[in-house]
Amino acid sequence: MSQKTSAYWKHNLKYLIILLIIWFSVSFGAGVLFVDELNTIKIGGFKLGFWFAQQGSIYVFVVLIFVYIYLMNKLDAEFKKDTE
Amino acid sequence: MELQYWIWIAVGLSFTLYIGIAFWTRASSTSEFYVAGGGVHPIANGMATAADWMSAASFISMAGIISFTGYDGSVYLMGWTGGYVLLALLLAPYLRKFGKFTVPDFIGDRYYSNGARGVAVFCALIVSFTYIAGQMRGVGVVFSRYLEVDITTGVLIGMTIVLFYAVLGGMKGITYTQVAQYCVLIFAFMVPAIYISFMATGNVIPQLGFGDAGSDGVFLLDKLDGLHRELGFHEYTSGSKSTLDVFFITMALMVGTAGLPHVIVRFFTVKKVSDARKSAGWALLFIAILYTTAPAIAVFSRTNLIETVSNQSYKLMPEWFSKWEDTGLLKFEDKNSDGLIQYVADPKINELSVDADIMVLANPEIADLPNWVIALLAAGALAAALSTAAGLLLVISSAVSHDLIKKMINPKVSEKNELIAARLSATAAVCLAGYFGINPPGFVAATVALAFGLAAASFFPAIVMGIFYKKMNKEGAVSGMVVGVLLMLFYMTKFKFGWFGGGVEADWWFGISPEGFGTFAMLINFIVSYVVCKFTPETPKNVQDLVEKIRLP
Repeated sequence: MSQKTSAYWKHNLKYLIILLIIWFSVSFGAGVLFVDELNTIKIGGFKLGFWFAQQGSIYVFVVLIFVYIYLMNKLDAEFKKDTE
Repeated sequence: MELQYWIWIAVGLSFTLYIGIAFWTRASSTSEFYVAGGGVHPIANGMATAADWMSAASFISMAGIISFTGYDGSVYLMGWTGGYVLLALLLAPYLRKFGKFTVPDFIGDRYYSNGARGVAVFCALIVSFTYIAGQMRGVGVVFSRYLEVDITTGVLIGMTIVLFYAVLGGMKGITYTQVAQYCVLIFAFMVPAIYISFMATGNVIPQLGFGDAGSDGVFLLDKLDGLHRELGFHEYTSGSKSTLDVFFITMALMVGTAGLPHVIVRFFTVKKVSDARKSAGWALLFIAILYTTAPAIAVFSRTNLIETVSNQSYKLMPEWFSKWEDTGLLKFEDKNSDGLIQYVADPKINELSVDADIMVLANPEIADLPNWVIALLAAGALAAALSTAAGLLLVISSAVSHDLIKKMINPKVSEKNELIAARLSATAAVCLAGYFGINPPGFVAATVALAFGLAAASFFPAIVMGIFYKKMNKEGAVSGMVVGVLLMLFYMTKFKFGWFGGGVEADWWFGISPEGFGTFAMLINFIVSYVVCKFTPETPKNVQDLVEKIRLP
């Protein structure tokens, strides 16, 4: 039981770390720290760094949460099956 | 039809709807009053959270602020959405699993002391009061501008409505009125945005439209950058703040969002842990609709404004210009008496001052949209302000009746009396908020940053460590919260109110503005907590077991 528990928690932490790295990269990375470098690239009328700061980061945030919901629902189901 | 009739119809209908819902969903137990009985559907809760979160400031002011600051305005866009990722991943599911009513509840039980609970109650009250005074003011301003009553009457009408449905319905009533308010506000925000985007670029999706070219074939953003350079403003798509400061402000807003009690408490209202994650996802999706549209409105209205006024004759200004001049939000002073409007960055030559709020409020008139759109905007702004005020009110009343009275002063209080106490404290809070709305203290605007900074410096570290660091003890958490909050209060009062000798921008520590200082105070909180924890007795076994338990589905 406690082995299953700690495996569940470790899995969860792994998801968290990966998703938070993406969260950090699209906002603080692309939108703040490397904004000037990315602004040299243009897609349509948008400079890429500016687009990440005002649009792209928000879209990625939404996707990140829904990915986490999907992953955790799967993990929860496995955990329930194992502990029954 | 006459504009004034349209406005009365839109506001009247929406208010009737809110009151009707409140009456249907009135609360009959403390559990219904505090957390809507814990049975709200995740999508409904997502909508309610979105309405709760998006205040008068998001609805009226944000697009305007971005419009004037360009890239620098991104801190609000990223800051006020990125916090939901932290909420969904690090806080909401565990707090729901913990299954109590309030944030001080969690802090008090997890850190097994009423001292910790007391500190949390204090922080929750400061944060919420700072916020609610601004909302009531927003209600008053919207009323006075659109319904031609004075601000005091406007605030009183707003107070009565909120009082009615928050006191009667509690969290249950608030939740379902917020769902309705979300629908009203998002519709009101999107209709003019879509119109304007279509007129400027031929694209009906504003999020894509502001990356398109206008009828002259030049990309809108390039044109705006060019206009800005000509008039001496910094380029629209690049910032004027230091990278470090942008980083710190964005982080403080994100972490502050995740630590705001009126947002967190919404996740106590769903049935199960997986629903808490789902609601956070839906909430952010609903918020993102407005937050990705705001920067588009900012670009359209900025371009519109410059092209309409810059170097044009004052006499030839359209009708809306003089109308907004009357409200004082638009001011023209012909310094060189040439009859033309010089709108430039240099304050010595500049002749026009524009309040940020105009960008959203006057948009339909500038774009010449039908009267019913303007009426819709008034109803939307009121929905945004009222829904946030109601959510905050609930935090204040539950902090007093549940955390203070039930948990600290008189644990034997009966459920019926606790419910009465909750309703009385909500009433008292409305009156106090109304008073501040009518007589706004000068510091309201300055303290919005304080609310986020305080939430970042106090709640966020205490809750995250409470979940992810089993060994964190009460000594560590309490000293971290106290140091974080005091440090934040010190820095804010020093640089915003001139206490402790005051200071100017050059005196900022490491160049961090008071708005971004919450991030610094949060880091200090983490460090202090960890160090104190190492030198004090270990967390009791039963509390460590509790933490183990909330980590499981």
